[in-house]
Amino acid sequence: MSEHNPIETDVVIIGAGPAGLFAVFELGLLDLKAHLIDILDRPGGQCTELYPEKPIYDIPALPIVTGQELVDRLVEQVKPFSPSFHFGEMAAGLTKLPDGRWKLTTDAGKELIAPVIVIAAGAGSFVPKRPPIPGIDAYEGKSVHYAVRKMESFRDKHVLIAGGGDSALDWTLNLAPIARSLTLVHHRDGFRAQAHSVNQMRELVAAGKVNFQVASVKALHGADGQLRAATLLGHDKSENQIDVDAFLPFFGLTIKLGPIAEFGLGLNENMIPVDTGKFESEQPGIFGIGDIITYPGKLKLILSGFHEAALMAQAAFHICRPHEKLRFQYTTSSSNLQKKLGVNG
Amino acid sequence: MKIFAKDRDGKEIEIEGRDGWTVMEMLREAGLPITAECGGACACATCHVYVDEDWVAKLNPASDMEVDMLDMALAVQPNSRLSCQLTCTEELDGLKVTLAPE
Repeated sequence: MSEHNPIETDVVIIGAGPAGLFAVFELGLLDLKAHLIDILDRPGGQCTELYPEKPIYDIPALPIVTGQELVDRLVEQVKPFSPSFHFGEMAAGLTKLPDGRWKLTTDAGKELIAPVIVIAAGAGSFVPKRPPIPGIDAYEGKSVHYAVRKMESFRDKHVLIAGGGDSALDWTLNLAPIARSLTLVHHRDGFRAQAHSVNQMRELVAAGKVNFQVASVKALHGADGQLRAATLLGHDKSENQIDVDAFLPFFGLTIKLGPIAEFGLGLNENMIPVDTGKFESEQPGIFGIGDIITYPGKLKLILSGFHEAALMAQAAFHICRPHEKLRFQYTTSSSNLQKKLGVNG
Repeated sequence: MKIFAKDRDGKEIEIEGRDGWTVMEMLREAGLPITAECGGACACATCHVYVDEDWVAKLNPASDMEVDMLDMALAVQPNSRLSCQLTCTEELDGLKVTLAPE
């Protein structure tokens, strides 16, 4: 890593969804530099993770725009301010430094120091869905995995995969050649995954290289985190037990609040109470915008997040530049702002 | 009209139905812990319910989009539905659903 650790900047934004992205723009107009952290591997948050192709109809002046288009436009809009993105990392800890600034630590061990933290985390972090199988947590990390980090670690193992999406099918195809056995279970004999992956899987089943069952995983058996077997339950209520060394459930992502709950922000029903003049939490210097916050009249709309970002930026300026006077300007008329945006010459 | 909803602890409550609302919206309005994180766009599978066996055949069948999205739900059974895709009408008076585990 070429970056210094810790990184020192003006503002650290947790969450690179629409509210976090637009915050970069509003902060940028005031010459405040931002770093964004997001657990996903790309910008957009719920817009790109949950509904990239669904049209949104209530963005002012955009009669129709898909989740992905909206995010692409926001990324384009903030380009002049070249924000630094830290993808695939979760905000794990937040502490106040003696000089009044905040130190944010990510789950990858990165440290970012800034006078202002903006929490734009939506409903929290996207994390893999955990199947409701009794005792599954005891195997997680050792023999139950929600992602494949090293294919080699599955060589000569009895592998069980559950799910019907692209991840389930892709890993079935990739691991079948090296696993000792590979069983795929899904609740129906149909898949939302790409048709060509499904066809390839069916060829492997026909060749006896993959065992496919319309079933669910009812129970896991093993000891000390190491799986030995699993009981599968068919729709006809029949049960059978198979040897399993490793279990890979692929049911996509869900949202959990995560470590933000421990940041000491006086949460109210998992949301951060803020004032409506600055969008600051009860901790000075920690702001909140978008779906994660609550205040009288709050609406969870993208357009509300934009408004909240603009007001937050004004307040953040006074914390980051205590000795400077804030000059309020319009992008239509200010040559100074236009220069920052790289337009008009 | 009324619907009956059982939470994950097996406690059943009666909810006054509202014509045109989705079952997901009614469950949420009644304060049941249904995540429904995409807000009803059939995009997340976190409003998963089991429909009482007597009611399965009386509902409009699931669309292809709903069937696909159920692939991302946990503990799917033949009577699984996404409650954001079930709209309340008089015909559903007495519908019984159970929240799926999450």
